[in-house]
Amino acid sequence: MFKRFNAAVLFAALIAVSGCTKKSDTTAGTDGAAGATSTEAIAIGEYGSMTGSEATFGISTHRGIEMAIEEKNKAGGVKGRQLNLISLDNQGKTGESAAAVTRLITQNKVVALLGEVASSRSLEAAPIAQQYKIPMISPSSTNPKVTEVGDQIFRVCFIDPFQGTVMAKFAIENLKAKRVAILRDVKSDYSVGLANYFAETLKAMGGEVVVDQSYQSGDIDFKGQLTAIRSKKPDAIFVPGYYTEVGLVARQAKQLGLKVPLLGGDGWDSSKLYEIGKEAINGNYFSNHYTTESTDPVTQDFIKRYKEKFNETPDGLAALGYDSARILIEAMERAATIDSKNIRDEIAKTKDYVGVTGKISLNEQRNAVKSAVVVKVDGNTNRYVTTISP
Amino acid sequence: MQEFVQHIINGISLGSIYALIALGYTMVYGILQLINFAHSEVYMVGAFAAYYGARNLGIEESPGFGSLVTLLAISMAVCATLGFLIERFAYRPLRSAPKLNSLITAIGVSLFLQYAGQAVFGASPKVFPSVLDDQVLLTWGEAELRLFDVTILGVGLFFMLTLHYVIHHTRTGKAMRAVSSSFVVARLMGINTDKVISSTFMIGSALAGVGSVLVGMKYPKIDPLMGTMIGLKAFVAAVLGGIGNLMGAVLGGIIMGVSEEMVVSYISSTYRDAVAFGILIVILLFRPSGLLGKWTAEKV
Repeated sequence: MFKRFNAAVLFAALIAVSGCTKKSDTTAGTDGAAGATSTEAIAIGEYGSMTGSEATFGISTHRGIEMAIEEKNKAGGVKGRQLNLISLDNQGKTGESAAAVTRLITQNKVVALLGEVASSRSLEAAPIAQQYKIPMISPSSTNPKVTEVGDQIFRVCFIDPFQGTVMAKFAIENLKAKRVAILRDVKSDYSVGLANYFAETLKAMGGEVVVDQSYQSGDIDFKGQLTAIRSKKPDAIFVPGYYTEVGLVARQAKQLGLKVPLLGGDGWDSSKLYEIGKEAINGNYFSNHYTTESTDPVTQDFIKRYKEKFNETPDGLAALGYDSARILIEAMERAATIDSKNIRDEIAKTKDYVGVTGKISLNEQRNAVKSAVVVKVDGNTNRYVTTISP
Repeated sequence: MQEFVQHIINGISLGSIYALIALGYTMVYGILQLINFAHSEVYMVGAFAAYYGARNLGIEESPGFGSLVTLLAISMAVCATLGFLIERFAYRPLRSAPKLNSLITAIGVSLFLQYAGQAVFGASPKVFPSVLDDQVLLTWGEAELRLFDVTILGVGLFFMLTLHYVIHHTRTGKAMRAVSSSFVVARLMGINTDKVISSTFMIGSALAGVGSVLVGMKYPKIDPLMGTMIGLKAFVAAVLGGIGNLMGAVLGGIIMGVSEEMVVSYISSTYRDAVAFGILIVILLFRPSGLLGKWTAEKV
């Protein structure tokens, strides 16, 4: 037993160190030291889960970022210099993000970093970016701790205290659900944070958490928790997890005859949600960063171009990936010289940037202040229900 | 009470899957005194074999007992072949070497298959084809007996009984028991031990294939690392029942399934895995040979 465990850890560590992270360059530019000459490509680093159980998060974000960079390169680049996006895959695994980011900074000499979606993995990379004084913009990590790491870390999405509030408000005001059960993923900072803020707001608004159950990402059996939840007869169940588990939870909830709606956060936003959950996931609600049913011309234009390029509807993460790259590019344009310090200072000054996911201003805590939408799952499309402002 | 009955049903259904996989561990151990850690990866490959099989045959979206039987057959055949190859190329050359060498090789094969799986199938989870339409068969208040649970239990029992028949009433089974009781004497009596060991690996691996299809049917998410945890739990089940003892593996599997379900429902799911491995430690402390295992002096 123990021999096996030790050996497995050792092997995994060896493989992690020897670099099973994949590398892909979007442009043919060199990875050399940025800023050596004024015509050389500017290296920008991205790390994300291109494979693994949250693969669609990484892939969507990557596509959004890639699109923004390509558009800028076609338009002549920043200050006449092309942008070179270097993307590393962390496979959604613990430990890989730190390795990937260290490599991007020390070997590829990137001037700025983009990533990650999952808060746990952003939290792994953030201290390293902070230590090397390289600005990092997280497109969609909503846990407050991420930007608290230091003054180099930014995000272009709302944070969990707000997202939790949104769903609690929605449960009480729109669904008239006062007795709510929680099923949280104890392995994920995102899920635990969201569940806590949700519970806080719900109680403050006169609701009640009738039962608080937990699971761990990677689990496949949730019947025990759901049977316990069923016995308390809640009006709704809050499942702030990621899509793979949520799909299975929805299926098993249906099998157990639970007919109350499931509520969740932006971790649900993936085309795989329906693929795994099938009909069981329909009619459930989650809070998200944007809706494809928005009438905003900026958003509609983005959706059109994205569809042309990738032949699919962009999810919220693709939109945030695009916005994060755009904000970085704008900051680079404004910066007097292309170096990490100037870029950081310019990112911090971002105000009223009109993004695909709404108007973005970064506050003192380097968080974006913006509204959230609540959508209802209906097959592969998410129907817009309501907008909730901060 | 109804809730309790529901927990028992869920637990037995989960436990019979553990039991099927535990049988593979226990059979190989009974004959070679080798813990075949690659068994959990054979299980993973079985799930992917069924996944790709269903896609190629175009029966991804046509649930029914026909599809179930077809996928079971595909998965069992692929697993048996893989089990045969692993034994032939990884374990047989080391048979006269110290036991520790084989054990380390087993870990190597296991890791090789995990990472090869990620390279070949990709690390993203896949959605297992719908094998059967689930429906409620019986209700008692809030407790429900569903087709999936009955199928898992039925298919599991069928293969366990078949295995029992093979071991106790066929020539191959008799040869297996002979090799298990003494490798050297069995060879002196003219039994082709290589052949017996090969068939043991093939049968054990085929059972892992059955387990993988049943798990895929109930929890339709498969990925190259899916074998790790369930393999460890099945291993604990085998040790709990008495490694080397077939009935023990079944009993151990059911106990594991039900106790996990109870822990999740009445205590907290955070302790689910802790309980599984806690059981292992307690068993090793107080009854090292397992519940049904015979206590024997260590053979030197």
